[in-house]
Amino acid sequence: MNLKKSTGLLIAIAVSLTLTGCAAGTSNSAGTMLDKLGKSETSLTLLGWPGYAEDGSNDPKVDWVTPFEKDTGCQVTFKPYGTSDEALSLFKTGQYDAIAASGDATLRLVAGGYVQPLNTSLIPSYSKVYDFLKNRAWNTVDSKTYGVPHGYGANLLMYNTKVVKPAPTSWSVVFDGASAYKGKVTAYDSPIYIADAALYLMKHNPDLGITNPYALDATQLAAAVTLLKAQRANVGEYWSDYLKSIQSFETGNSVVGTTWQVIKNSMSTKATVDAVLPSEGATGWSDSWMISSTSKHVNCAYKWLDYIDSPKANAAATEYFGEAPVTSDACQYASDKNFCATYHAGDAAYAAKIWYWTTPISACLDGRKDVKCTDYSAWTKAWQEIKG
Amino acid sequence: MKNELSAAGVTAIAVTPARRVSSFFYKYPKNRLRALIALPALWLGLVYVAALLMLLVTAFWTVDEFTGNTRVALNFDNVISLFTDPLYTTVTLRTIGIALGVTIADITLALPIAFFMSKVAGPKLKTIIAISILLPLWASYLVKAYAWRSVLSDKGILQWLLAPLGLNTPGYSLWGAAITLGYIWLPYVILPIYGGLEKVPGNLLEASSDLGAKTFTTLRRVIFPMILPSIIAGSIFAFSLTLGDYITISIVGGPNQMLGNLIYSNVGTANNLPMAAALALVPIAIMFAYLASVKRTGALDNL
Repeated sequence: MNLKKSTGLLIAIAVSLTLTGCAAGTSNSAGTMLDKLGKSETSLTLLGWPGYAEDGSNDPKVDWVTPFEKDTGCQVTFKPYGTSDEALSLFKTGQYDAIAASGDATLRLVAGGYVQPLNTSLIPSYSKVYDFLKNRAWNTVDSKTYGVPHGYGANLLMYNTKVVKPAPTSWSVVFDGASAYKGKVTAYDSPIYIADAALYLMKHNPDLGITNPYALDATQLAAAVTLLKAQRANVGEYWSDYLKSIQSFETGNSVVGTTWQVIKNSMSTKATVDAVLPSEGATGWSDSWMISSTSKHVNCAYKWLDYIDSPKANAAATEYFGEAPVTSDACQYASDKNFCATYHAGDAAYAAKIWYWTTPISACLDGRKDVKCTDYSAWTKAWQEIKG
Repeated sequence: MKNELSAAGVTAIAVTPARRVSSFFYKYPKNRLRALIALPALWLGLVYVAALLMLLVTAFWTVDEFTGNTRVALNFDNVISLFTDPLYTTVTLRTIGIALGVTIADITLALPIAFFMSKVAGPKLKTIIAISILLPLWASYLVKAYAWRSVLSDKGILQWLLAPLGLNTPGYSLWGAAITLGYIWLPYVILPIYGGLEKVPGNLLEASSDLGAKTFTTLRRVIFPMILPSIIAGSIFAFSLTLGDYITISIVGGPNQMLGNLIYSNVGTANNLPMAAALALVPIAIMFAYLASVKRTGALDNL
């Protein structure tokens, strides 16, 4: 075999594949709303945060999927993801019927045409959902509802009570005052964490004119980046895996930083930590279930959306993850009687202090028309630079 | 002919499709070779070379900011930014620095261990050492990295050992990452060097000593030139594996990033495949330069 010829052939094949194989596909946007439910299909593929659809295979005692399967005949397959960005790339494959997405992913899903508008009259449980969770920027676009709430929570400030004194009441302990705990500060490893710095600047540096931490023009973003670069010098490590964060606080490698309620709850009793909602308020998440625009199991998906907002299932799912449920009816089904109090469920004043994750886009979310805001890709680049 | 054979009582062989194929290959022996290598060649060509080429070509594309889709048009911005953007140059230099440090440390550790195994230890001890070097390879990479996370922590065993000496654990930092990577890749450096030393005949050392050479001179002038290719072979493993790492650094590296993290976040977070492809060119280019420079030493024969 003539080696040179065949190498040439291989390269020719490779190049032609390269040129033809990559025509970028565009999906059809918007999609139409379902009028009425038909007969249920037999299967349903879900994508969500870990612990959002448990069928007892991780822990036999934790199972709210099996009753759903028995009732509807929809066999559920669940795939957990680790970050909103991972969720997005998985969902784009079109293999999933529904997704539980946080606000930093939902708008991107809607804009990409990957999810369909919902007919909420086909989701009876939705009527009981707290009003302050409905029609928000991250689940409603052009007055069309794209997602029903799953649960919500705040990114809290955790600190080691033995080391961090006095007990902090402000985020300043991880920003301006962070050098006191040099090398022991931790922060969430995602571009969306820039909003935490923006929220801090919004309260402490009013001259910048930030009114929404997710709507930053170039100057405001630069200010947040400067703050975070200063914080970087004191950061021991960034976390995105919550188990890693638990371990860091238990070993004392981290003594102060962002956390989730579920992390606080999972700490061993020996760990001397506490978590507070600082005076500035906090960023947080409000997750929504959305249905794929190309789903072949729409009826099952609607059934699931209704089921996950029903009191019993919602209580089980949100209590397992460690976040507030979306209806007051859910509280009575929680195994812990203080569940709703712990997570401040239905506390509108507490919820108002939370700036829920939402995707920064170039059209300013705070309504400003005279400037262009920085979008998520700019935040991503900024985040890489902050980490350096 | 056929008739003669049947007349002689030899039954004619049925002409099955399989037989036709076999006689075709008998008649044209060159095609035998072609058919044999067709499958591996297809695999190498389509799955490997084509995928790699796709990657390289992607580096010259851009991402449409509005739709987030890849726009196919020649554009050199990504590749240029590799050299101009301080973020990319800093991280590239840091990555090369860690890879060099890990390689040098591993060679320094591997040389005496391999020498002891090959020239000093008896057969029983040799087996024990060989097993203890190979044993960690059976554990998952992640398990080892997380074990070091615990070792390096503020309440870990390293702190406990170092505290009486007035020292502190390096913690989750570049040092922590370099130590962990050095540990994980050490067997890959010991084994080729050990193989090289096994090829050095013992009587050469005796001859050298008979001719009056001191131990150090023997090491420098007899052993070292003979095992240099093996050392380089080991260094290729440690260097290239460190160059591409992004998991260890995120487990024990604290807030620091290496090239792999930038590639990962461009694919996963930023949805910027072209930039990720451009960044992937950097380790490829470094490795090409490295391999080209060591090719003439004959080290590649020892891989």
